[in-house]
Amino acid sequence: MSELTSLTLAAARDGLRSKEFSAVELADAHLLAMEKARALNAYVLETPERALAMAKAADARIALGKAGPLEGIPLAVKDLFCTEAVRTTACSHILDNFVPTYDSTVTAQLWRDGAVLLGKTNNDEFAMGSSNETSYFGPVTSPWRRKGSNTRLTPGGSSGGSAAAVAAHLCLGATGTDTGGSIRQPAAFTGTVGIKPTYGRVSRWGIVAFASSLDQAGPFTRTVRDAAILLRSMAGPDDKDTTCADVPVPDYEAAVGRSVKGLRIGVPKEYRLEGMPAEIEKIWEQGRAWLKAAGAELVEVSLPHTKYALPAYYIVAPAEASSNLARYDGVRYGLREPGGDIREMYEKTRAAGFGAEVRRRIMIGTYVLSAGYYDAYYLRAQKVRTLIKRDFEQVFDAGVHAILTPATPSAAFGLGEKGGADPVEMYLNDIFTVTVNMAGLPGIAVPAGLDGQGLPLGLQLIGRPFDEETLFATAEVIEQAAGRFTPKPWW
Amino acid sequence: MNAKGPSDKLIRGATGDWEVVIGMEVHAQVASNAKLFSGASTAFGAAPNSHVSLVDAAMPGMLPVINEECVRQAIRTGLGLKAQINLRSVFDRKNYFYPDLPQGYQISQYKAPVVGEGEVVVDLDGGGSVTIGIERLHLEQDAGKSLHDRHPTMSYVDLNRSGVALMEIVSKPDLRSAEEAKAFITKLRSILRYLGTCDGDMEKGSLRADVNVSVRKPGDPLGTRCEIKNVNSIRFIGAAIDYEARRQIEIIEEGGVIEQETRLFDPGRGETRPMRTKEEAHDYRYFPDPDLLPLEFDQAYVDALAAHLPELPHARKARFVGGFGLSAYDAGVLVAERETADYFEAVAKGRDAKAAANWVINELFGRLNKEGKDIKASPVTAGQLGGMLDLIADGTISGKIAKDLFEILWTEGGDPRAIVSTRGMAQVTDLGAIEKLVDDIAAQNPDKVAQAKTNPKAIGWFVGQIMKSSGGKASPQAVNDILKRKLGL
Repeated sequence: MSELTSLTLAAARDGLRSKEFSAVELADAHLLAMEKARALNAYVLETPERALAMAKAADARIALGKAGPLEGIPLAVKDLFCTEAVRTTACSHILDNFVPTYDSTVTAQLWRDGAVLLGKTNNDEFAMGSSNETSYFGPVTSPWRRKGSNTRLTPGGSSGGSAAAVAAHLCLGATGTDTGGSIRQPAAFTGTVGIKPTYGRVSRWGIVAFASSLDQAGPFTRTVRDAAILLRSMAGPDDKDTTCADVPVPDYEAAVGRSVKGLRIGVPKEYRLEGMPAEIEKIWEQGRAWLKAAGAELVEVSLPHTKYALPAYYIVAPAEASSNLARYDGVRYGLREPGGDIREMYEKTRAAGFGAEVRRRIMIGTYVLSAGYYDAYYLRAQKVRTLIKRDFEQVFDAGVHAILTPATPSAAFGLGEKGGADPVEMYLNDIFTVTVNMAGLPGIAVPAGLDGQGLPLGLQLIGRPFDEETLFATAEVIEQAAGRFTPKPWW
Repeated sequence: MNAKGPSDKLIRGATGDWEVVIGMEVHAQVASNAKLFSGASTAFGAAPNSHVSLVDAAMPGMLPVINEECVRQAIRTGLGLKAQINLRSVFDRKNYFYPDLPQGYQISQYKAPVVGEGEVVVDLDGGGSVTIGIERLHLEQDAGKSLHDRHPTMSYVDLNRSGVALMEIVSKPDLRSAEEAKAFITKLRSILRYLGTCDGDMEKGSLRADVNVSVRKPGDPLGTRCEIKNVNSIRFIGAAIDYEARRQIEIIEEGGVIEQETRLFDPGRGETRPMRTKEEAHDYRYFPDPDLLPLEFDQAYVDALAAHLPELPHARKARFVGGFGLSAYDAGVLVAERETADYFEAVAKGRDAKAAANWVINELFGRLNKEGKDIKASPVTAGQLGGMLDLIADGTISGKIAKDLFEILWTEGGDPRAIVSTRGMAQVTDLGAIEKLVDDIAAQNPDKVAQAKTNPKAIGWFVGQIMKSSGGKASPQAVNDILKRKLGL
């Protein structure tokens, strides 16, 4: 790793402004690192020519004193974000060679602010997965390894490529999407910072949809400050997304370093799971101690409907997905497998184009929306969702500013280790994160330490709607106390 | 059959009288420049796939954004139907696969439509009226168009219509005959056109109806219905109902049962037939569209729209009858189209309204119909026709000359008064001149004079002669007066 790739986003920004190095040099260093790290399979598409052209333009703007907030910052973009003239596949065979004529609102805002595109990162197909193993392009290998072991580990999912790229210093930051934990879980597995903002904080326009009422984009970075900087560029109102809130975006970076003295931090008793590894309990305890030491008040809270969140999530999300993915039919773009008639063409195309997990979720979703089952499944799941939301509202109404939980029920596991026989085993990864999507709240995962095998563990902070600032302030306290964690290059 | 009363709606079958029960689902394309959820144009007749946005083509990551104009038009239509306006409604997805449905679902309103119950008062030809209940009105997207005849093995898809806003207006099963159904759709179309919320052009598919038909013995519970899909002319609606009612009666009377099914009307054969049978019943898996927030507006918004609603056909008809003294029939004819009523009012303003109505209905409409012209394309303007009526009223021309003048206005145009003056069409009211004509004719025809003295009806011969020799310009009243005086009648 060169010095340039080890910089934080904030430090690189300052270095570019003071012309210690150029955006082209910065991009070059990252492109070189990417080339050497192909074994990780973090990127599904590298865009070196575009990166250098963008970096050159950034240097020109810096020279003119017209630098944007992210001028010259090389970033990776999850392959779920449509990027103009750059192949976008959602890591699905069905979107083979799909090249959008448009940029998602998020990426358009990144380029507006001067960022440089290094490439598109790997993810679980259509963001459906927790280990990045459902990608049509194959799994991502985590840059982390257990002490003394060569076992290939998952970086988590679905935004596994983005998490791995940030952790392995293959970019200064990356975009992700989070429907049930797809930013926070991989962040926790890779020792990076990842935030899923409040639903409606970031426009969904131009992001391949998984479950519309749950999907939310957010950044991966190596520090809390960097996440604050990146989210500010990603967020904001958008007329093209009705569900995107017309709420001004604060200067998140200003919240970093803000004192947490006097903040009430809730600790939900329902998140203490039976059979949870002691190390998870220990890191959670440690987090509480750090925040207490920083002047926060720790209170036990109750979120009684937590246990229903995961089952309800696995009804709502597949239901929406089954409908959202209906457009991939071989008629207008992407894969088409010819058939004798239209029906056969649909069946062949969708059978060949979607992987097993995506097919499973489409079938679950179709089933729960069917006449005769709708009330028993979808409607009830929506009711559960309302109750989960109310749980949080009651806690926040009682004066709690943020809630501290583990980010994941375990550290990263090995590729191929989970979900082979029973998909629910994999779904359990999301147990601490799905509630936040169901309630539409902001949640941040921040590295808190390493387990006995040397793998990162993360803590999650859940905030009030549109109060990402408190999350940044609180997460930074943990970051300061815990330190930062970088994998040793083996690739 | 009796002339009036409900019994004339019944259909005589082998086993007695049958009542036909009809409900309609009318799809009316919202008059708006842009589609329901995208900014693409709704203009008709463009090259295939030239009015298609990324949203209409359902490209990955695209999201619908409601077009407020379409909502406004739906509310205005609801107000015109005297309907409940729902301040909160929800868009749902209706899921099914078809190549001209790019999203794989149609965005519609299922459980919570923007407009609830209302009514349409329908005047019937034989006099009297029926009130037809409106169940609901909701907004939904139209699909694209599949073209199956352009290629030997493939179908083409044109997405220009994909995403165009439709109002689905659902009637209650209150209609009892083909005539009522035709009168209902005619009235509904008229209301939509008055409101400007749908152009009502059935040829272009802007207005089409699914017709639900069932039959029963009077007083029995509702029978099983069949739905005749996508009927696109008022005449066909009538023909389809008549055929379908007969078909169902025949089946039942022969001991069969009606299968609930979807049928198509074949105008060539004048019959309905089942649509291609599907392998399984459709399950549309409706659920609220998570890409869209519930549609909400306040009562003040509705009130403001209500305040600016135009006068609708029913009120206008009442005004024409009450204010202008027109017959209900004439008033009904005049208000059927907003443009016609506007034309009439422009002609009638400050003039004899009955005379205006006569001229508009008999002469103008007759001529327009004959030449297949629309009132908007009428060569004779309301101003010209009004000017002509003024010439009749002040005695400048006779009604007979007026018909010639109308012909000139139709074919050549021009100012009526100027035409009358330059072409010497004014009637001769110079009594001296008429007297001279009378004297001359009487002198030349002593036998006719003698005849007239014994039979006053023979005076008609003199009138005819005088009109002839005056080129029709002699004032008929003056001719009569003078003749009577001269002949001593």
